Amino acid sequence: MSSQRTGAQILWEALHREGVEVVFGYPGGAIMPAYDALLESPIRHVLVRHEQGAAHMADGYARTSGKVGVAVATSGPGATNLVTGIATAMLDSVPIVCITGQVGSRFLGSDAFQETDITGVTLPITKHNYLVTRAGDIAKTIREAFYVARSGRPGPVLVDITKDAQQAHVTPEWSDEPVRMRGYRPEHRAGAEDLARAAEMIDRAKRPVVLAGHGIVKANATGLLHELVEKTDMPVASTLLGLGGFPATHRLSLGMMGMHGEAWVNHAIQESDLLLALGMRFDDRVTGTLETFAVNAQKIHCELDPAEINKNVRADVALVGDVKETLAALLPLVGERERRAWIDRITELKGDSAVRDIQRMPHRGALFAAHVMHDLWRITEGRALVVTDVGQHQMWEAQYYKHDHPRKLVTSGGLGTMGFALPAALGAKLASPGDEVWVIAGDGGFQMTACELATVAQEGIKLNIAIINNGYLGMVRQWQEFFYDGRYSATPLKSPDFVKLAEAHGLFGLRVTRREEVEPAISRARGTAGTVLIDFRVEQEDAVYPMVPAGAALHDMIRRPSPIVETATDVEWAGFAPAHGRDE
Amino acid sequence: MPDVRLRTYIMHVEDLPGVLNRVTSLFRRRGYNIESLTVGRTEVAGVSRMTIVMEADDDAARRIEANLYKLVNMLRVEDTTSRPCVTRELALIKVRADNANRAHVLQLAEVFRARAIDVAPEALIFEITGPRDKIDGLAEVLAAYGIVEMVRTGAVAMLRSAEAAVEQPQITNAA
Repeated sequence: MSSQRTGAQILWEALHREGVEVVFGYPGGAIMPAYDALLESPIRHVLVRHEQGAAHMADGYARTSGKVGVAVATSGPGATNLVTGIATAMLDSVPIVCITGQVGSRFLGSDAFQETDITGVTLPITKHNYLVTRAGDIAKTIREAFYVARSGRPGPVLVDITKDAQQAHVTPEWSDEPVRMRGYRPEHRAGAEDLARAAEMIDRAKRPVVLAGHGIVKANATGLLHELVEKTDMPVASTLLGLGGFPATHRLSLGMMGMHGEAWVNHAIQESDLLLALGMRFDDRVTGTLETFAVNAQKIHCELDPAEINKNVRADVALVGDVKETLAALLPLVGERERRAWIDRITELKGDSAVRDIQRMPHRGALFAAHVMHDLWRITEGRALVVTDVGQHQMWEAQYYKHDHPRKLVTSGGLGTMGFALPAALGAKLASPGDEVWVIAGDGGFQMTACELATVAQEGIKLNIAIINNGYLGMVRQWQEFFYDGRYSATPLKSPDFVKLAEAHGLFGLRVTRREEVEPAISRARGTAGTVLIDFRVEQEDAVYPMVPAGAALHDMIRRPSPIVETATDVEWAGFAPAHGRDE
Repeated sequence: MPDVRLRTYIMHVEDLPGVLNRVTSLFRRRGYNIESLTVGRTEVAGVSRMTIVMEADDDAARRIEANLYKLVNMLRVEDTTSRPCVTRELALIKVRADNANRAHVLQLAEVFRARAIDVAPEALIFEITGPRDKIDGLAEVLAAYGIVEMVRTGAVAMLRSAEAAVEQPQITNAA
């Protein structure tokens, strides 16, 4: 009898054995046995205010640490509240494990109180999921779940455990053997012939561009990428999630490609004769219309997931496997090259871009989001761990905060989940307590998960929060301006007083309306022990430039008008759009 | 799409609750249209076999295979489309036939090697097994007499020769 343990106790022991130190969750009826057993576990629990926050925290924790993040929720609404966070992790290939309580096994399928078929609901947005109805299956399932989540192309795994399975007593069987699964074969290795062909293409190329994606960061392949491009003198363009995978300040770094990539980056890709795509999947946001994408370039596609090969862009050579292993194999095969003519051409392509840059505009007191990003980068010496939300500020961050190190930018790329930043930052801070963490969010997205300010306060976590407040759902407003004849439908946004909101949570808040206040505010936040929220009242109708309209060719960009037009002044920040808006 | 054609996949999957759902969910999510799907047990305990027929071009076919392999419960996928294999389908067809034309209908069915398995005063039920086009042919001929109802199982397929579609499953070790 003494060796017997409840399923709930086995659950925590299994998590502990996987190296879990912290979980993010919210209790409820069907998960109560697990929460009772939690009291005897050394694992730290962070009580969230909404389960979506738990999934994003696990996600931020995983992206920052490279380990598996864990979220816990009850059945029914608890489980369905995780869905957005799970889908976010799925599209960005982030390893998280979600544990959900489920009604007792004899009530399954009876529409019992708080019953949801969560394995059915999450089937298309998890890498795999499990329904566990017996205590004896918990230990093995948790091991498998962690293995599936982190191996191959990582992704979210959900484990749904019935209440009776949590309560039942069994003698646990622990195994230190490697996980064996009959049908799951996540490992691939690029073939020698393909590697040789790829090397030959690289040697021959006159205008090559490396496209560095999230895979570089995930595979910890930054060092090898560095070696490869130094040896071959190939410029590197990054996807949004690839930022930091190659140092932004390196002479061969071009910057971000795609819809809001800098003009010269997209032009370089369009003029290239070889694209070496590393751990990226040719998302529509980085290619523009496919028919016109880099038509003269051969493509080498290094990718872990064979299902991505030829999905959007046809590869001349596919190197399927872990990017780090592929680069290690490729490196000795390529010859040293100097490509001065090509590098000079790209410099020429930069042309007047720098002049159009908002940093070069005469300073008239108005505050642009770009100022905030640039100053933040300068003051933090590019070393902060930045967690962004989704929208205009996300693109400005990507353009103006130069990331030189991997895993220092956490952002929702594939799903584009507003509300991601604050909870993800909390997870990131717990994964890397020594880092200076900055949340950058818009006034819209921040309010989607602003309830997690209470979690930040309760857990005593130090974050720096920058709200880029323009009184609009800015990115949608920008699209309305460009493509919907300036008809601002449901984008003007009236927000609460964010400074008071911070204060209501016992946190420190301050407001910035002029450019000269930016630096003191950032310094104040950095020098304060607790979480500080800064409400940056920025230019209301600024747009992200350049922009490749959806469905246009990558070189077909809308550029920043010159001279730029300032629509608001530092004195009268309207706060609510109709005051200066479109009502004729 | 020049190379769009009907393709037949043989799949071996772990016989667990929800696996059929995972497979069909994948086809639905990726927007592939299933022509037919059959599922049943195999000679190996704990392994189910599916035959799926669908329309796809070469590129899509390769991606479908790669996506199917991403399912954790998927043991093996075989695109039999361009390999020697036998494909069979079974159909039951109820057709109108009375004293006046019953003999004639039976004769026609005989040409297709269909068996009459039920005779009623005003209808016959035929059972026919064969490749898809043979069943299509019979249905077309019988249509003139009035098909009351028809049910088809969808194709099952098997590679020719002594080769098995499913090899010994590999075991993957955790890193």
